Amino acid sequence: MATETLIWLLPLPPLLAFFLIVLFTNKSKTLSHSLAIGAALLSFVGSMVVFARALGTPEFGKEVFASSINWIPTGDTFLKIGVLIDPLSAIVLFFVAITVLMIFIYSVGYHNYGQPAGDHDLAGLPPHGATVTDEHGHQHMVLSIEPMYSRFFAFIGLFAFGMYTLVVSDSLLTLFVGWEIMGLCSYLLIGFWYGKPSARAAAIKAFMTTRVGDVFMLLGIAFLYSVTGTLTYREIFTEQTLHALASVPSGIFGLSAAGLIAVLLFIGTVGKSAQWPLHIWLPDAMEGPTPVSAMIHAATMVSAGVYAVIRMFPLLSLDPIAMNVVAFIGTFTAIFAATIALAQRDIKKVLAYSTISQLGFMLSAIGMGAYIAAVFHLVTHAFFKALLFLGSGSVIHGMEHGVFHTGNHHVDPQDMFNMGGLKDKMPITFWTFLIGGFSLAGFPLLTAGFWSKDEILADAFANGHWAILITLSLAALMTAFYTMRQITLSFLGEPRTKEAEHAQETPWTMTLPLTVLAFFAVTFGWLGIPEHFPGLGGLLPNWIHEFVGGTLAERPEILPFSPIPLLISLTVALGGLLLGWLVYRNVEAGQPDPLEKPLGFLYPFLQNKWYFDEFYQYFVVQPVIWFSEVFSSQWLDKVVIDGVLHWFGRTALSIGDVFRNKFDKPVINALIGDGTATVFQKAGQELRLLQTGRIQNYMISAVALLIVLGAILIYILA
Amino acid sequence: MDFISTHLLTSILFFPILAALAILFFPTEQIKLIRWTALIASLVPFVLSLLLWGRFDASAAGFQFSEQYPWYDAIHSSFHVGVDGLSLTMVMLTTLLTPLAILASFGVTDRVKAYMILFLLLETGMLGVFMAVDLLIFFVFWEVGLVPMYFLINQWGSANRNYASLKFMIYTMGGSLGLLLAIQMLGVLFQTYDLVTIYTRWNALEASANLLPWFGSYLTVETVKTIAFWAFVIAFAIKVPVWPFHTWLPDAHTEAPTAGSMLLAGVLLKLGAYGFLRLVLPLYPAQSAQYAGWLAFLAVMAIIFGALGAYGQNDFKRLVAYSSVNHMGFVLLGVAAAAKVAGTADATIALNGAVFQMFNHGLSAAGMFFLVGVIYERAHTRDLNQLGGLFPIVPVYGAILLFTSMASLGLPGLSGFVSEFLVVRGAWASMPIFAALAMIGLLMTGAYILKGIKKVLHGPLNEHWAHGEHQLTDISAREVIVMAPLMALILILGIWPAWLLDVINKAMSMLF
Repeated sequence: MATETLIWLLPLPPLLAFFLIVLFTNKSKTLSHSLAIGAALLSFVGSMVVFARALGTPEFGKEVFASSINWIPTGDTFLKIGVLIDPLSAIVLFFVAITVLMIFIYSVGYHNYGQPAGDHDLAGLPPHGATVTDEHGHQHMVLSIEPMYSRFFAFIGLFAFGMYTLVVSDSLLTLFVGWEIMGLCSYLLIGFWYGKPSARAAAIKAFMTTRVGDVFMLLGIAFLYSVTGTLTYREIFTEQTLHALASVPSGIFGLSAAGLIAVLLFIGTVGKSAQWPLHIWLPDAMEGPTPVSAMIHAATMVSAGVYAVIRMFPLLSLDPIAMNVVAFIGTFTAIFAATIALAQRDIKKVLAYSTISQLGFMLSAIGMGAYIAAVFHLVTHAFFKALLFLGSGSVIHGMEHGVFHTGNHHVDPQDMFNMGGLKDKMPITFWTFLIGGFSLAGFPLLTAGFWSKDEILADAFANGHWAILITLSLAALMTAFYTMRQITLSFLGEPRTKEAEHAQETPWTMTLPLTVLAFFAVTFGWLGIPEHFPGLGGLLPNWIHEFVGGTLAERPEILPFSPIPLLISLTVALGGLLLGWLVYRNVEAGQPDPLEKPLGFLYPFLQNKWYFDEFYQYFVVQPVIWFSEVFSSQWLDKVVIDGVLHWFGRTALSIGDVFRNKFDKPVINALIGDGTATVFQKAGQELRLLQTGRIQNYMISAVALLIVLGAILIYILA
Repeated sequence: MDFISTHLLTSILFFPILAALAILFFPTEQIKLIRWTALIASLVPFVLSLLLWGRFDASAAGFQFSEQYPWYDAIHSSFHVGVDGLSLTMVMLTTLLTPLAILASFGVTDRVKAYMILFLLLETGMLGVFMAVDLLIFFVFWEVGLVPMYFLINQWGSANRNYASLKFMIYTMGGSLGLLLAIQMLGVLFQTYDLVTIYTRWNALEASANLLPWFGSYLTVETVKTIAFWAFVIAFAIKVPVWPFHTWLPDAHTEAPTAGSMLLAGVLLKLGAYGFLRLVLPLYPAQSAQYAGWLAFLAVMAIIFGALGAYGQNDFKRLVAYSSVNHMGFVLLGVAAAAKVAGTADATIALNGAVFQMFNHGLSAAGMFFLVGVIYERAHTRDLNQLGGLFPIVPVYGAILLFTSMASLGLPGLSGFVSEFLVVRGAWASMPIFAALAMIGLLMTGAYILKGIKKVLHGPLNEHWAHGEHQLTDISAREVIVMAPLMALILILGIWPAWLLDVINKAMSMLF
């Protein structure tokens, strides 16, 4: 098959699976997950073929796979849509295909396929377990299968369609289409257990917060389309168009047209990639099932935000102000989210803030112009963070098993302080989680996270961005610290609860994806070892730089090696890990967080996420609700506008009333109508008296009249 | 067959009336027969308009399938009908939605005969406006359409129907007074009501001409045109409805029967927007350009306050009704943007968006109102605070409601997105501030749509509606059939809009 045709087809299998499940197979769980996984597998194979062909194309980047068609007519021209695989999208396609497939497989185990239906399970709530009787006649609780199992696979199918669409598209418009479809799926999947008010609220929060970014992005797209007449990347990124965009001032904040467009598009990313100040939705999004957190809120959708900025880099880099905006938001978010992660107890919440923080690292890199480093970290992060989320899901699953065993449902299976000692109960989960955690912390040399994070720091150092370097180093230190805190609290030491004691390793459908992702969380980093790195440099070619660099018109230069950023990397990673282990290795059951005392008032401040939720609730959400419910609906529409209308109505009525009661009734009716009649009646009554019937009276009258008439005639004639 | 070929438009236009006449002689108690006759009768214009669609030549300028008959010679008005790409789109929408509305009304048991007759009359009234090429005919049908809708609300409505139907009727008629006067003036001036003639001669008038000599020389052509422009604008703005003329709409919708709301939102509102495109822009290009900023301002207010108003409601139907104000605001924004820079590519894009939005809103609003009706028919309440947690009870309904809500929200991949994007894109070029302000409305669109879903479907299982006498039944096969064509079109147009947009695009390029 021609590569272009294949690329067009890549997003379709999951979409087809979605429709088939929704319309036909939703009653059969086996058929539904087979369809979904089969579709994901098809897209995976297709993606690998495309990726292999990309690798096999010499000078890939100058040569790309692209094809487009006319989509909608606009006057004499057409708005085109199409597909494009260049080095950037090829590498994104690579990790998307792998993580998506792994997460699909994982979902089978996560949703307890093969377990009995729950005793009291309801659609819209997480499964509550089923009672089974074993051969000895003992009754005990086991995990029960998700009641909306098929629906889950339909939704993630639709999601995969959105993500593939976004990756293969050659224009901002189709990118936005995939972007929004993922937004919808994110909403549907966060609110998957819609019966829980917290999940329902989290879903709405996620959709609305990202939509704030999306409307700005839409404006950016409209702006770009108005000035350039196209939305296709390769038509925008021509020297001529870029030059024109850079030289036109936008009139806002000293930005050029290019800068304003880039900032508008970037606000979309701020929403989608949960960057400050639109970060608030991502931690709440952990209400969704864990595969969703792994796929949507770590590996793919939130990465798509960063991908969009990387994609628009040629435009963004034209305006230094816009670059600074991106760098600032990224750097600030990196450290801001890391501080919050320090004080979270929920195993998934830590990962959520860690994701926000790591995405900040990438944006910071982009803002500095470190294109390759951003892409590199995007890919490695997708692997190790998906791994960590899936690992946490496995941990929670194991803990839930313990909860069913003891029957104490008051124990929160997500609270790390209830865990401990899981290392021996869940060895595969432990080792893979350890790999993921070390990769996130940037454990030297071995892990992928080390190489990509080091690259970002090296870039900051080489280009003299001292503020960024210091902030990111601090953030990296905190990252290593909270990662080790998480690992120590969950897996090491002694079990702190009975439930943790009875935790159990999860089925192969869950551990297999963990293993595969762990493999990439280590090895992928080796593809980007700088050439001049002491000892290791040059053993493997710096493939990332070679390959991804081809996306840009001008290949980024290779940085000279310097030991300082390397030392920083080593210190923060190892120091953070060590500190984390030292502080948390001896936490007893029921003991408060050892950080609580030394941090003082800062601890509740961090635990409450700098009170951003409260701030928004008080200053944004409540006023808007008041404005629409009271001001607009009650006051403006009902009182003012309808008041004017009713005034017209009343005025017309009272004019009518005046006519009726002041004119018609007294003048026409009483005076003219009835009056005339009365006059005649009265006159008749009076005149009747004259009709005496006596001839003498008539005679006198006639004579009298004659005399009068005669007198008048004589007077006139004379 | 030959007759139909040569009289295609009049066949489509008058078939519903003939059917209504036939139904008049049916025995009143034969409810089933009446329903099916009405449904089949309304499918005939649909099939004929498919034929019309097939034979229509999108590349040809001017009105096609024209038919002209003497009608009122004394005042030089003739019965002249014809269609171009703009009216064809609207005719298709009307003939598609009417059978669906009639099918949706199969649950009505009260005075079915009169009800069905009124629907068929309504169809003729609406089609007449879209087909008219004579101003007087346009006005006649404009008013004719009001009458059946008035009775539908007044007789089959819910509690507050007298107030709502009166408000609807008086408001629209009040708005049309200026329109009638302005039409009369044109008729007197040119001794004809024929649009084609008036288009050319009205715009060719020299500024110095003394139009209305009996006023002396005070009224210049400019002044007269400006006054007439506003007379047209107000009439159409009330119908659309544009903020602040919109308050009749939530009342009318809340009281109207389900199918009445479907057509009210689906087609009747389009009459106003159609008026802008058919009459205001071509007859008053200079005034439209001059006052484009005001129109855009009103449009943006409609977008923002429509969305805010929708969010502020606790009655499901009122929420959907306000959403119409929000969506139709985009139509006017497109019109205003196009008026400002008439003749440019930006204007064409904005107009494409506006017309496409009219069509899309017809689909999604009709669907939303129908879905509100489905739940109201079962629960006998539209109070959002009493609903909620229904998803496990009515899963198929839930899925359909989700889909249609997303269409209304303008989710990319569904048709509403394409039109809203085109409008925003077209408006950005000439009025970026208004385009940016419209985004507030777009944001709030998300808020009210999600509020609707939250308060109807999501939440803990609603025990009240789950068991016993209040147990809700899922959407029936007939109701799914009503929704299926709408959903299919929304999806197809979202993925591949070119087949419809091509016709619209050509019409817009030739018209303006």
